[in-house]
Amino acid sequence: MADVVVESGRLSYTGTGERARALRSLRLRDVVFHGLTLSAAVGVLILLGGVILALILGSIPSIKAFGFGFITSQTWNPVTDQYGALPSIYGTLVTSAIAMIFAVPVGLGIAIFLTELSPPKLKRPIGIAVELLAGIPSIIYGIWGLFIFAPFLQDHVEPALINVFGPIPGLSTLFAGPPYGIGVLTSGIVLAIMVLPYISSISRDVFETVPPVLKEAAYGVGCTTSEVVTKVVIPYSRAGVIGGAMLALGRALGETMAVTFVIGNADRISGSLLAPGTTISAKIANEFTEAVGDLYTSSLIELGLILFVITFIVLAIARYMLMRIERKGRV
Amino acid sequence: MRGMNIYNARRRSNTVSVVLYYSAAIFGIAWLVLILFALLREGFGSLSLAVFTQSTPPPGSAGGLLNAIVGSLIMTGLGVLIGAPIGLLAGTYLAEYGRGTPLASIVRFINDILLSAPSIVIGLFIYEIMVAPMGHFSGIAGAVALAVIVVPVVVRTTEDMLTLVPGALREAGSALGMPRALVINRIAYRAAKAGLITGMLLAVARISGETAPLLFTALNNQFFQANLNEPMPSLPVVIFQFALSPYKDWQKLAWAGALLITLAVLALSIMARVLGSRKATQ
Repeated sequence: MADVVVESGRLSYTGTGERARALRSLRLRDVVFHGLTLSAAVGVLILLGGVILALILGSIPSIKAFGFGFITSQTWNPVTDQYGALPSIYGTLVTSAIAMIFAVPVGLGIAIFLTELSPPKLKRPIGIAVELLAGIPSIIYGIWGLFIFAPFLQDHVEPALINVFGPIPGLSTLFAGPPYGIGVLTSGIVLAIMVLPYISSISRDVFETVPPVLKEAAYGVGCTTSEVVTKVVIPYSRAGVIGGAMLALGRALGETMAVTFVIGNADRISGSLLAPGTTISAKIANEFTEAVGDLYTSSLIELGLILFVITFIVLAIARYMLMRIERKGRV
Repeated sequence: MRGMNIYNARRRSNTVSVVLYYSAAIFGIAWLVLILFALLREGFGSLSLAVFTQSTPPPGSAGGLLNAIVGSLIMTGLGVLIGAPIGLLAGTYLAEYGRGTPLASIVRFINDILLSAPSIVIGLFIYEIMVAPMGHFSGIAGAVALAVIVVPVVVRTTEDMLTLVPGALREAGSALGMPRALVINRIAYRAAKAGLITGMLLAVARISGETAPLLFTALNNQFFQANLNEPMPSLPVVIFQFALSPYKDWQKLAWAGALLITLAVLALSIMARVLGSRKATQ
């Protein structure tokens, strides 16, 4: 050890006293560095604790005023200081559900294409492109949704939906009303496009953990590609696929910018998917800086708390599932 | 005869599914290409020299994004400067001192959740602990909010990269009598250098487009502002405000800003990828 110290040029090696001192300083450095890394690691825990604590403290006035009724009330009226979260929670859940309905099958399709079908030449470029797209900030999806996608839906898709589903009982309420362009359905689709790269890149990684021997064996006994996918690849990696989808769901639930542009900010629950609505994150983004009065601010913070609790549960399940597949891959 | 039927049925169902997989891939990728194409068309159409030389204009007149670009650079830089060292140290604990301990698994789990936590909630958190006590919005609050997002990204990449360093290297150091701190600083960090830088680049890419945490921490500012104690403009927030406005000039600037952010993020991600893959081929 003393040699290291000599080599590093910080001390000249003269006697045992110097040597002991050098050793002590090295030991001290080790203790300090260990302590630093440990406190940073504990800091991560404190960060999460701090977020939860700050949100709870901030929502106390609103919790005191409305209690559990906050979650079930549909009123949101700053003039009379009455606040309820139901329309926002409903909007958050419905837009995310729409996003999942579109994004999971398509995302899995891309992942299967990349792992099983793609010509080797295309595999890398498409894989890289998908990963790069996963890094594009959500505000880009938002501005595209507002200026290009919403007008397109309004002019071409929504009138057709209303015409086709209008006469069918049940579906007619789902697709009722004038085509606004912006609304719940539009937000759901924009979210779907945004989470698509996450789902495909995670599922691709998960599919790649399937041992080639298993697939080769299946092909060897005469299975078709689709049989290999549905009977070998997906069963083997089911936990990971579910984990990836849950991770994407967590993103979709908490996503702010892609939604705020195209949701339309209407504080009501409408039976129609074409109608404007709101989500928790959009509501906070739109109203927080303008909120006057403690109760108004506090209600918005309580919305944030509800959102955090929902996403926390979803993300925890996702990570648990992904951890299981990781362990499997290591064996 | 019966066997032939089953064979044909299996072949048919295979063809159908393969066609479905192909079309899913084409369909999905087509959307992403469409978005990029629209962004390039609208963005380059709105780009001009004034974007880089003038500040954001009042409603209805032309101007640029200079103040927002500078604000974004300041807050992103500061955010990484605050967040990266904490993330680096915590990641080092997970990969070195704490490897295999229960504390490390808990921290890893919580960190993974923070990694995808809704960023708007981070904004609320910083509002509660910084903006409300200080009594006003400020650039420094925005930078801290971004730092909170940087930490989990850097923790994750640091741990991954240090885990890739072969144990034999560390053992060689220890066999020479080096204490743990020296082994980490002189051997593990050096071996993982490219990977660690990749992590920082990804963190910068991640926060340079973040809007939600800045909305009620740094707020916005129509004027040039380098004082961290004042509300500070940033590209994402300006895009948010301008895109939703009814003014054509503002909307054009929003597109120009969106293009700038996307190009920056893509450049950073590609740099990170090149660095990372060069490391992998060594």
